[in-house]
Amino acid sequence: MTVKQISVFLENRYGQLHEITNILAQAGINLTALNIAETKDYGIVRILVDDVAKATDVLIGAGCVVSVNPVQVIAVPNKSGGLNDTLEKIADANIDIEYMYSTVDGVNGEAKLVFKVDKPELLEKTV
Amino acid sequence: MQNYFQKEIETMPREKLKSLQNEKFMKQIKHVWNDCPDYRRKMEASGVSLEDIKSIDDISKLPFLTKDDLREAYPYAMLAKPLSECVRIQSTSGTTGKRVIAYYTKHDIDLWDECCARALVAAGADKNDVVHVSYGFGLFTGGAGLNGGSHKLGCLTLPMSSGNTDRQLQFMTDLGSTILCCTPSYAAYLGESINERGLRDKIKLKAGIFGAEAWSEEMRKDIEKSLGIKAYDIYGLTEISGPGVSFECSEQTGMHINEDHFYAEIVDPDTLEVLPEGEEGELVFTSLDKEAFPVIRYRTKDICVLKKCECSCGRTFIKMVKPRGRSDDMLIIKGVNVFPSQIEAVLIEQGYQANYQIIVDRVNNSDTLDVNVEMTPDKFTDNLGEVAEMEKKLVSALKAMLGIYAKVHLVAPKSIVRSEGKAVRIIDNRKI
Repeated sequence: MTVKQISVFLENRYGQLHEITNILAQAGINLTALNIAETKDYGIVRILVDDVAKATDVLIGAGCVVSVNPVQVIAVPNKSGGLNDTLEKIADANIDIEYMYSTVDGVNGEAKLVFKVDKPELLEKTV
Repeated sequence: MQNYFQKEIETMPREKLKSLQNEKFMKQIKHVWNDCPDYRRKMEASGVSLEDIKSIDDISKLPFLTKDDLREAYPYAMLAKPLSECVRIQSTSGTTGKRVIAYYTKHDIDLWDECCARALVAAGADKNDVVHVSYGFGLFTGGAGLNGGSHKLGCLTLPMSSGNTDRQLQFMTDLGSTILCCTPSYAAYLGESINERGLRDKIKLKAGIFGAEAWSEEMRKDIEKSLGIKAYDIYGLTEISGPGVSFECSEQTGMHINEDHFYAEIVDPDTLEVLPEGEEGELVFTSLDKEAFPVIRYRTKDICVLKKCECSCGRTFIKMVKPRGRSDDMLIIKGVNVFPSQIEAVLIEQGYQANYQIIVDRVNNSDTLDVNVEMTPDKFTDNLGEVAEMEKKLVSALKAMLGIYAKVHLVAPKSIVRSEGKAVRIIDNRKI
């Protein structure tokens, strides 16, 4: 399933991540996934939320640098070898994974994972 | 729309201008010799007496005046009129050492206002305009100069001073300001704020006069785009009078020097030899009809070129190209001359904001250069690799421009303090 992910620029200093979660909390937004990619000086926080439009608005309003882009959410069996099987299919289909991380809202013995790949349509068909 | 504030003077044939300069200069040098003992001693010490000066062509016999001379003169030593004749002081920011105080008689204020009125007209203003002055008021010459020039021209003048952006924007929209005068960094900030608040359709600005800071052509384009105006440069320094020593016309290929009031020379900053026209060197000014605080051959530390050429605007005043930066602003890092304006040009060219900070330090006896740059939405993606790649591109562009390595730090937007007066761009932590 394709969903919209919000990325926020994060300067590497005390309290920066909290500033962002605070802005979202004040607006009553719930996070369903969070991932941080970092360098020594700065990072990128990637999040999935229940209300993308509202979250984007409040973040930009608070002066954050924000980028919204599509990612794929894939359900994976939450058991030994579950992820391994999925990744094998992705590798066999020659799909390049740019990054991936997991969400917190898996149900029914499934884990939901977020994928950013070079061929999103192929990924949907493959898994 | 009028073309000139004082047509006869601004378009005077060069020969006639030269003889006017000569006449005024001879009076000025006599005034200095007779009424300023410190100055006379300085001239005598360099072996010149009044008799040696027969015309303005003898100016090169006279000693130079430096900022240090003026600092030492604090508070009253260089005053050439009795205090009872003086009506105002202005002062430099005094970031290094003692402040320099400039004195003005009524005549001196009048002359300065006239220069600023010429600049306003050259930027397209006439008495129907609403002039919004967001330079600082007080000891700083920016506010007082453009305020005075605007009065002289007969414009409705808004003495806003700097800061309180909400009030600036409210007055700008409610009163319909048409000409904005402030530092270029504040103009950029106001532009940003206007666009953020969606006020672009509500402002009536048509032109801006921006000075007191070095700024690049790229920054000019940026300001013109964000405010939807034509941006004009203005030049001046407290020691000479204030803003309006020279100003840009619609041709925008240099700033016309008000030569009926100020005589300009370009000298080699090392040998102090006068350089022929068209060569780059240090700009030196002599006032031609100041009463309280005349300056003879004042070294500005500004590196630039003078151009004598016919201008499409019709003014005959010589033009100075935008100084490459005041040698005061110039940093020597690892033995290389670095001007903040060079860094600014690269940032804008690469699509970043002109708001930046340069931090120089010395680690293990070697200079380090760090540049803090604000992340912008245009440059940001979810892909760390792409962001890092853009950062790398910026580092190589800086290296190509400066010849030395600069470590770039991408910081959160708005985290670099916006300046309301002169921007603090450089933090030099070296203890030399």
